[in-house]
Order: sequence, then C-alpha cells, then structure tokens
Amino acid sequence: MTWSYVLILAVLVFAGFFLGRTRATSLRAAGSADLHSLPTYHGLFLASVIFAPMVLIGALGDVLGSHYVVSHALNAYDPAVAVDPLKSGAALREIEMQAAGQSAGDPSVQLQAGAEAYNAARSLVTWGLLILGVGAGLAALVFGYQRISMLFRARNAFERFVQVVLLICSVVAVLTTVGIVFSVLFETIRFFGKVSPIDFLFGLQWSPQTALRADQVGSSGAFGIVPLIAGTFLITLIAMAVAGPIGLFAAIFMAEYASPRMRAVVKPILEILAGVPTVVLGFFAALTVAPSIRGWGESFGLNVSSESALAAGLVMGMMIIPFVSSLSDDVINAVPQSLRDGSYAMGATRSETIKKVVLPAALPGIVSAMMLAMSRAVGETMIVVMAAGLAANLTLNPLDAVTTVTVQIKTLLVGDQEFDSAKTLSAFALGFVLFFFTLTLNFIALRIVQRYREQYD
Amino acid sequence: MTDIAAPHKAALDRPHLQNLSLVSRRYRAERRFRLYGMLAIGVTAVFLLLLLGDIFLKGLPAFTENRLVMSLAADQSVIDPQNTRDPKAILAGDYDTLIKDGLRAQFPDVTSRADRKLLLGLLSAGAADDFRSTIVANPGLIGSTVKVPVLLSDDADQYLKGAQTGSLRTAGAGTLTLTAEGDRYRLASTAGDFDEALGRVKAYINEALATGNIELDRLNTEVSRITQNLTGLEDRLKAATQSAVEADIQLATADRDKAVSDLSSLTSARDALKVRVDDLSRRAAAPAQKEVMTDLLPSLLIEANGGVFRAREVAGNDILAEILIAPTTPEAARPGTWQTQVLTTPESSRRVSDKEAAWLERLKASGSIENGIAWRFFTSGDSREPELAGIRGALTGSILTLLVTLALCLPLGVGAAIYLEEFAPKNRLTGLIEVNINNLAAVPSIVFGLLGLAMFLNFFGMPRSAPLVGGLVLALLVLPTIIIASRAALKAVPPSIKEAALGIGASHQQAIFHHVHHWPCPAS
Repeated sequence: MTWSYVLILAVLVFAGFFLGRTRATSLRAAGSADLHSLPTYHGLFLASVIFAPMVLIGALGDVLGSHYVVSHALNAYDPAVAVDPLKSGAALREIEMQAAGQSAGDPSVQLQAGAEAYNAARSLVTWGLLILGVGAGLAALVFGYQRISMLFRARNAFERFVQVVLLICSVVAVLTTVGIVFSVLFETIRFFGKVSPIDFLFGLQWSPQTALRADQVGSSGAFGIVPLIAGTFLITLIAMAVAGPIGLFAAIFMAEYASPRMRAVVKPILEILAGVPTVVLGFFAALTVAPSIRGWGESFGLNVSSESALAAGLVMGMMIIPFVSSLSDDVINAVPQSLRDGSYAMGATRSETIKKVVLPAALPGIVSAMMLAMSRAVGETMIVVMAAGLAANLTLNPLDAVTTVTVQIKTLLVGDQEFDSAKTLSAFALGFVLFFFTLTLNFIALRIVQRYREQYD
Repeated sequence: MTDIAAPHKAALDRPHLQNLSLVSRRYRAERRFRLYGMLAIGVTAVFLLLLLGDIFLKGLPAFTENRLVMSLAADQSVIDPQNTRDPKAILAGDYDTLIKDGLRAQFPDVTSRADRKLLLGLLSAGAADDFRSTIVANPGLIGSTVKVPVLLSDDADQYLKGAQTGSLRTAGAGTLTLTAEGDRYRLASTAGDFDEALGRVKAYINEALATGNIELDRLNTEVSRITQNLTGLEDRLKAATQSAVEADIQLATADRDKAVSDLSSLTSARDALKVRVDDLSRRAAAPAQKEVMTDLLPSLLIEANGGVFRAREVAGNDILAEILIAPTTPEAARPGTWQTQVLTTPESSRRVSDKEAAWLERLKASGSIENGIAWRFFTSGDSREPELAGIRGALTGSILTLLVTLALCLPLGVGAAIYLEEFAPKNRLTGLIEVNINNLAAVPSIVFGLLGLAMFLNFFGMPRSAPLVGGLVLALLVLPTIIIASRAALKAVPPSIKEAALGIGASHQQAIFHHVHHWPCPAS
C-alpha cells in the first residue's frame, strides 16, 4: 500500500509539472505582456506545491498510523499485555503472523481478535492515508494552478522551496550528532542508575556478566572501565609508535626530497594502503602477524599471548601511516617556500632546513595530525576485534592479551540483547566514553591549529 | 650561519682537515636524514607487499576446487524407476547411489564397513549436484554412460591442494622384495632406499624434541607463576572473608577458582607434553635403532606392484609394512617401478588419514582428478559444508546496503555542500553546522552503530538485519566525508564562471545549478 501511495505521488507530481508548464505556455501565447518566469518554473512550482504536503502527510501518517495499529491490535488482544514492553513484542509478532495468515496451529480466540483488530486498523489507516494524501495533493494542485498568471513569480517561489530543501540536507548532519548524543546519553543515564559512575570510571575489574540467578558467583558483574582504557591506550601507543615516526618521515621525504617521478610511485602505495578495508588488516593481524610474533617470542623463551597487543598495535599502526603522512604532507607543503629559500641562502643543508625551519613552522599542524590519527586508532574496531583478546587484563606488557573499548562494545551487543540489563546498557556507556574522548581529541586538534598557526602570507 | 665563519681560526692550523670534517659531518647528517625518509617509505612498501602477498596467497586456493571426473552409467532403474521422464521424478532420482557405487568399483578391495565409510567420506555432501543437473538438463542421456565432475569433500580438496601435509616422492633405486608376515608385509630393498625416509623421521623427531622442550619450559614457568598468584589470591580471599564485604568475596572467589582451573588444565597439558617429549628424547637418543612408526611421526608410504603399503617399523633397508591398497602380485619389484612417499605432517595432526591419502593419490595417478575454478563459490550461499559454501548471500547484502547508502548520502551530501558553500548566510548557526560536520567526520564508526541500534532499531522499530537500516547508518557515517569533499570540489570552481552567469542576468540558483554545479560534477 505504501507503494501505491508513492506511485500516486509520482503521478500527481508529474501531472502538476506538465499542467503548470502548459498553462504558462498557453498564457504566454495568448497574452500581450511577457511572463515573469519561464514556463518550466511554473511547472516546477506546481510540482513542488503538490510534493511537499503529500510527502509530509505520508511520512507523518506512516509513523502515527503504525503506532495506532499496534496499540489497537494489542488492546484487542489483551489490555494487560499492551503495557508490558517485554510481552507486547512477542504478542505483536504472533498477531502479525496470524493477520498475514501464516500462523501455525490453532490460533486462540484472543489471537484471532487481535489479528482482526490489526487488519481492520491497518486497512483503516491505509485507506485514510491514501484519501487524505490524494485529497491534499489535488487541493494543492488546484490552489497552485489558480495562482499561475502572467505576473506570478514562479521562479522565486520555487527557488525558496529549493533553498529549504538544501537547508534540510545540511541540518541532517546536525541531527545525526544530536541523535548520537541523545541515544548514547539516555542509555548511559539508565546504565548509571544500575551501576554507580564511580565504579564505572575507576573500577579495576571488567567482567560484564549478569547472572541468571541472584546467588551465582559474580552475579553482580563488575563494570570497571580502567582495564579497557589501559588496553586501548596500550594498543594506541604501539600504533602511534609505529605510525608516528614512519608517517612523519614518509611525509617529509615526499614533500622535501622526492622527485615528481618518485612521488608518482610512492603516492599510490600510500593510497592503496589507506584503501585496504580494516577487516582485511584484521585478518592479516590475527592470522599472520600474531602467530609469527608468538613464534619469535617463543624462540626467545618469552611467554607471548596468541592475541598479543603488539600484533594488533603494529597492524593498526600500519593502517594509520597513510593518515599521518597525508595530513603531515599537506601541512609541510603549506609552509611558504620563502622560509626554505631563506634558510638555504644562509648555507643550511636540506635536513637542517627541515629540522630548524620547516618542522617548527609546521608543528601545530603535525601535532593536530597526530591527534587525529590517535582518535582514529582509539575508535578503530575491526582490527582489534579480530586480533586483540577479550580478556580484560590490566597490564602494560605488549605481549599480553588486552581488550579495548571498541571490542567490548561489539562483544556486548552481538547476539540477543535485553535492554534492561546492565550488560547491554554498559555498551552505550562505553560508546559515550569513546564519543566523548574522540570529540575532545578532535576539538583540541582543531584548537591547536587555530591558535598556534603562524600566518606567513 | 656562524659555523662557517668559526673554523677560520682553526683553519690556520689544519685548514683542509678541519673544514672537511665539519662539512662532511653535516653532509653525512643530511644523507642519514634522507635515508630515514627512504626507510619509512620502504617499510610501508614492504608492509603493503607482505599484506597483499599474504592475502593473495592465502585466498587464491579458495577460488579453485578439485573434482573427481567419473564415467557413470545413468541407470534408468535408479534415476527414473517408473520410466516417466517426468522432470520432477528425474530431479528426485538417487544419483548418490550411482556415484557411490562408481567410487567403490574403483577400489574393490575396500570391504570393511569402516573403510567403505571412510572412502565415501572423500566425496562432498553435494557430490551428486553436477550429475543431477546434467541429467535434468538433458534427459536423453538416461541409459548411456556420462562423464561428470563429482565434487570432493573439503578435506580431500585441501589434501590435493597440498594444504594438509607436505609430500616427498622418491623412486626406488633397488629391487624391492615383498614377503608376507601374517597380515603384514616385510619389504626389503637392495639399495639404501629407506635411509632417506628414516633420516627425515629422525630429523622430525629432533625438531619436535627441541620445540617440545621450549614449550615444556614455558608451561613450567607458567605453572609456577600461577601457583605463586594463587597464594596471593588465597590471601585476598581470606582478607575479604574477614572484612565480610559480599561483592569482594565473590570477586575473590571467582578469581581464585579461575586460577585453580587454569592451573589444573595447564598442569595436565604439561604432563601430556612431558610424556611425549620423554618418548621423543628416547627415540632421539638411539638414532641407529629401528624406528616404530606411530601416528605422531611423519608417514612413510610405499607404492609397489599396484599396491600401497604404510611402514610400521623402519630399520635401514628392511621395513615392516601394512597394506593400504592390496598389490596385484607378490613378486619382487624392479628398480624404478616402485616409489616411496613421505607425508611430512604426522597423521594425528592432519585431517586426512594415510589410507585416504593413498586413495586420493591413486585417483590422482589415474588422471581422474581435475582442478578447476570454483564457480560455486560465487553462485551459492552459506553452507555448513565448506566446499559447497559461497559468497552470493553476503555479496547481495553488501550490494543492497551500498545502494541504499548511495541513494541517501549522495543527494543529502551534495545538497548540504551546495547550501553551505553557496547559500548559507555567514552566521553562528552556519558556523555551528560546519564545526559539527568536521567533528562528525572523526566520530568512530562503532558509535554510529550505537546510534543505529538505539535510534532506528529500538526507537523507530525498524527491522533487524535489513539492508535498509545498515544503509541508513552507513549513509550518515559517510555524509560528513561527502560534504567535505563536495565543498572542496565546489571551491575549486573558478569564480569567473558564477560571475559570468550572474552578469548575464541568471538568478543565484540558476548560476549555481546550471553553471557551477556542472563544473565539478565528476569530482563530486
């Protein structure tokens, strides 16, 4: 039925466009003065006048209508179930199956009543929406058609419509941020109703089991985030130790030393590396890098975990090399040539110029590049999911298995969840910490660039 | 720079040397710095090569499969017992029986129940698929003999691809005599044919002994570490019991219990390893002694007179062997007509037994195994049987999700970019949107996942695992990137284009949509 609504919408919009255009053309042919707007704009105006109310009615009606259908059906099924969020979901599925005629076995009287109410409400909503939408569309058509005249400023009206549509497009990004903040924040507040924020932020134990029975061992679960933060930082530190120097030196070489031919060879290497999906990198880390590190460690008699932080950190470092180098490359290239020329004129070699002149000038940009790379490493999921462990060890030994915030979020949310347990809600609290942290890093990075950037030109 | 002026005084003493050493030191520093840059690029390139090489080498065998080509009589009484030639009846025919009978006919001396099961285990669960589709497509073939590919099981396939074990073949140099000893055979060669195989087994023993000893040391230190930890945990439990804080007691008990179970599993692993290492060291200590071959050692197979033997005891040129495939004659085999084969991975560490390996080698030698591209990998969905599994379901899901993402994020992203770049008034709200987009680009993808879960699935009640929701969240994820890239592309359009359009009387929107927007289209 949604499709028929969309189809009628399309037909009416096209009809409006052609009607408007023909009307304007015939006016121009008959009239003595010229039209204010081109005939096409009259058509577009009429189409937009029909499009806007019909889409609004369709979208709103769909949301409100399905709420109405659900509550109506559940009330007919059993008013007691309707207020219980756990049972209502299951009951609704049964009613939907029965309403579609796919239920197995003998349906109960209650279920049949629910299904009948469901079907009745559904058809009421569908037909109501259809009539309302088509009525509004036709009314808009008549209204718009009457406004078309020689002096009517159809272009201005249509351009106002386009401007609003474009504004809505750019507001989506803001809405996304608001959505993220609210969805994460609300669940986090619910989580803090079960576990105190002090325990969460400063606890040294992470074992998010919630037991089925109250008397089971560890039934309370432990939600101390410190081991996760430590693990995340250990892996990020290893990654930055790899990517920082390599990325920076690669950027310096590319910007200051490489000939155009060399750049043409090296640039694609970095771009290919940046384009490798992180799943593939995770695969590589888990199946190739980790076993070889384990093998080397054992040949020295070291006790290396098969999910060592080192393997995940190394591969993650490789992942962010292109990120660091391309950002630093831009920053180094932005240093004015006159500074270099001045340094060369004093007799400095290239490396002296870079170390004493170019890098200090580019330092704020490089620091911000490093921070952005770090926030990328902290938020990276796939590599650590595949190559890092699940055990929340509070350790600084890179050969041990550690776990990260992202791994835990993924682990907590895979499979069936119940949204009233601390276990599931803790994933949102972790997400909030992650969001807050990356946002802070990003904010600091932007501020550093703004405040310490030297204006040379 | 003062460095250049300073050496003047010293230059009076040793003018040449002093100057040279300073300049050459600076030049050396220059070269070193340059080298660091080259090294950074080199490390990155090497890593990329390693990564791509590793992925390709590991992934490539998945695109080929091994099939057994069999000539099968399409027996009407089995395929279409009622002789109706009804497509449904033909589809339901018992093709498996025909294939199984065909395979058994190739190994007539496989008679015991367990062996027959093992033999049929070489075939895939979907072995009859190709046979069935051939007959269904062309029912006229019923009654004739058809040559069809029969899919092998994943273990057999992996063995033939060489992923299960290394295999070394050597032609026999001496004359091989076969003497029956009960149900076994004593094989003797006139030349030192089994020395090499024995050497390989001994080398394996020494190697396994070395790694076993290292592992044993590691386990021993681990056991002592956990034992030490355990006393600490017991103390903690005692302290917790005294302070009587319920949560602490529980945590301490859980930690203690975990340590105890770790300890017991580690200890048993260590003891098992110790037995094995002791056995290996006994064998290694007596290199000249005859070797009793167990399934913990590499296997030695001998092919002679149309039969295959597996060595049980090896002593120089004289081995005691059991029959895997019966020989046609018990006569002596002349040099060059028989072969030895060493399977380097011990039988207990691979999924294909010596017997299955012998059958597969026999099938391969008869030329009835072909290796081809596994089109099935692209055309079938998930399966429990690895050889029947494919990526079609996953691929369809990815494409659908991608379509939803593209359909949403392209218009939204380009629209937002046009608004922000061309129409937006420069006020606080616009500034806020811009900062917000920059920050959104740095938000980790997993947080977007949380948004999708809380918003779209829980709040709006959208269906789970549907491409719609995935595409929606992905569209929001890539939106900032698209906006930033599109704005950069719009910025790159020369302002003269817009000014010219405005100059001849176009409205702002006309200037943008008819002129500016046409310019960077390929970029956005």
